[in-house]
Amino acid sequence: MNKKQKKMLKQIIAAVILVAILKLLPSFPTPVELVLYYIPYLVVGWDVLRKAIKGIKNRQPFDECFLMAVATVGAFALGDYVEGCAVIIFYQIGELFQSVAVGKSRQSISSLMDIRPDYANIEGEDGKLEQVDPDEVEIGTTIVVQPGERIPIDGVILEGASALNTAALTGESLPRDVKAGDEVISGCVNVTGLLKIQTTKEFGESTVSKILDLVENSSMKKARAENFITRFARVYTPAVCYGALALAFLPPIVLLLMGQPARFGDWIYRALTFLVISCPCALVISIPLSFFGGIGGASACGILVKGSTYLEELARTGVVVFDKTGTLTQGTFKVTGIYPTEGTSQDALVEAAALTESWSKHPISLSVKAAYGKEIDQSRVTDVEELGGYGVTAKVDGKAVACGNARLMAKLRLTVPAVTEAGTIVHVAIDGKYAGYLLIADVVKPHSAQAIKGLKQAGVRKTVMLTGDAEPVAKAVSAELGLDEYHAGLLPGDKVDQIEKLLASKQPKENLAFVGDGVNDAPVLSRADIGIAMGALGSDAAIEAADVVLMDDDPAKIALAMRIARRTNGIVYQNIVFALGVKGICLILGALGIASMWTAIFADVGVMIIAVLNATRALYIKDLAKKNEA
Amino acid sequence: MKKTYKIEVDCANCAAKMEDAANTVSGVAKATVSFMTQKMNVEFAEGADPKATMQEVLTACKKVEDDCEIFGI
Repeated sequence: MNKKQKKMLKQIIAAVILVAILKLLPSFPTPVELVLYYIPYLVVGWDVLRKAIKGIKNRQPFDECFLMAVATVGAFALGDYVEGCAVIIFYQIGELFQSVAVGKSRQSISSLMDIRPDYANIEGEDGKLEQVDPDEVEIGTTIVVQPGERIPIDGVILEGASALNTAALTGESLPRDVKAGDEVISGCVNVTGLLKIQTTKEFGESTVSKILDLVENSSMKKARAENFITRFARVYTPAVCYGALALAFLPPIVLLLMGQPARFGDWIYRALTFLVISCPCALVISIPLSFFGGIGGASACGILVKGSTYLEELARTGVVVFDKTGTLTQGTFKVTGIYPTEGTSQDALVEAAALTESWSKHPISLSVKAAYGKEIDQSRVTDVEELGGYGVTAKVDGKAVACGNARLMAKLRLTVPAVTEAGTIVHVAIDGKYAGYLLIADVVKPHSAQAIKGLKQAGVRKTVMLTGDAEPVAKAVSAELGLDEYHAGLLPGDKVDQIEKLLASKQPKENLAFVGDGVNDAPVLSRADIGIAMGALGSDAAIEAADVVLMDDDPAKIALAMRIARRTNGIVYQNIVFALGVKGICLILGALGIASMWTAIFADVGVMIIAVLNATRALYIKDLAKKNEA
Repeated sequence: MKKTYKIEVDCANCAAKMEDAANTVSGVAKATVSFMTQKMNVEFAEGADPKATMQEVLTACKKVEDDCEIFGI
């Protein structure tokens, strides 16, 4: 609790004790009692009165302080001192509770996002480390990061090897091993070894600054529910005030005209009850608090949502479109099958292929070499000839080896078996004889299938994959992951057209989300209702273009983001319905004279406390993360 | 030009009022107030002097919400 809150707490306690004492004392004549009860009232309610008077002076009279001031002063005027004091005490308890709850969630979110580095170490001439403001470090400076320190600026490791903890950025708890030559991003914590890093960006352009910027500004893009409530409060408070005024005077006047007793006191009491019930704070505070909690909880697992409006939109997502490479698949090639002919061993086939391709830098060749896994002795390879569009021929240990596609084999007059599996096929001929083939494919990420399933569980109707790859590859991946639809052979420009088509065919109330890895798909990201960029660590373009940014490249996070969005929205609507419902009922009861001032206090403070507690649920997403993994 | 200011405001409704008030100042193109992060984002109109404009914003905000504070003007 801060100073202001502590002061408020003391005032409340003092007022409660005073009221209790007055209650226990024998009753005094009315004027004395009035004065005595004014003491606790002013102790706890002076701020409210002062604000209400200021509001009237500034011609902004209709706010909750005004409602409270009128209601309590009115109660005193009617002689209901205890009720008057109770209303103001409970109102202040509610305010205090709200302010503590908001402060708590603000604190827990900022500690989640506590990634701002305070300093950078620069090695002086005498070898001593000097701490400087990261803002002052120029590009190309060598900085030193000791174990336990946070990397302040993006750069490349010059010296040293270590494990990095990226949990604050990605939510991923496994440390990442890095060595000299690796690029590192700011915000990670250096765990084991001393690192010397040459900076490649200024602090303001570094990942950590961009992320902090994004999170801090996220509450500026407000959700419709949030705007609705603000507008609602603006109309609602004056309406209630006029309503109360009407309730106080119209019925008694009508009764008078009909020749019955007017009972002004009763009607004014009802009108005051009406005012207390109507206070809009429960709604006004609980809705931004829910969104704030949702966004904060999401960022703790490495999901950055750029504004509460996107959290709202995400919850209504019915169609999710994936760009294949880099989102569902790893975007790197790998040998996924080795099929030698009879008489050739798997190892021999791979060895021959790896040696033949040893000079090539083509991604396919790299994957073959990776499959071989041993040091390549290039002196065994002679007469290398690369045939563009066919493959490579060479002599390995003096034997002629040819590696390439079916056309190369046809050129060598060799027949190849028909291959139906999806992927790139490298046929190998050794010594003029066909020896078998290697199947090379882009590997599906381990969590992709689970991610698709998770999306379906989270309520997504349709999943679509777009890819530039050939039909068989797309078909195989799509079948493996259980996608509903795929479009293969697309050029980058075609992807936007496909999105347009999908946008046109979706149902009116649902949203279309596009998931890309941020490479070349900025136009598609911005065209979709919600653009989700993944693996965004270090990719500025993706952070700019997307509405939701996944810091690591785990596709399962998309479903998690959606679950968080859905729950946050659920909480928001629960609060709207609950608060308006209870208040609506109490308003009617109040107008009919059934609800007393005590009911009114519950309808105001009770509802607010329940709504705020409900809203803070949005921050705790552990159970959702567990469900998502199951 | 865009700038972010740290603010102090006690209630969500008051933050909304501050936002309205700030938007009525002529040098402000668009202002948003976030109660949760206690920040005010101001996009200045072209040619407006941020310092003078923010003084006006502060006066306007004080009028609707006496307890508010804007830092770093």
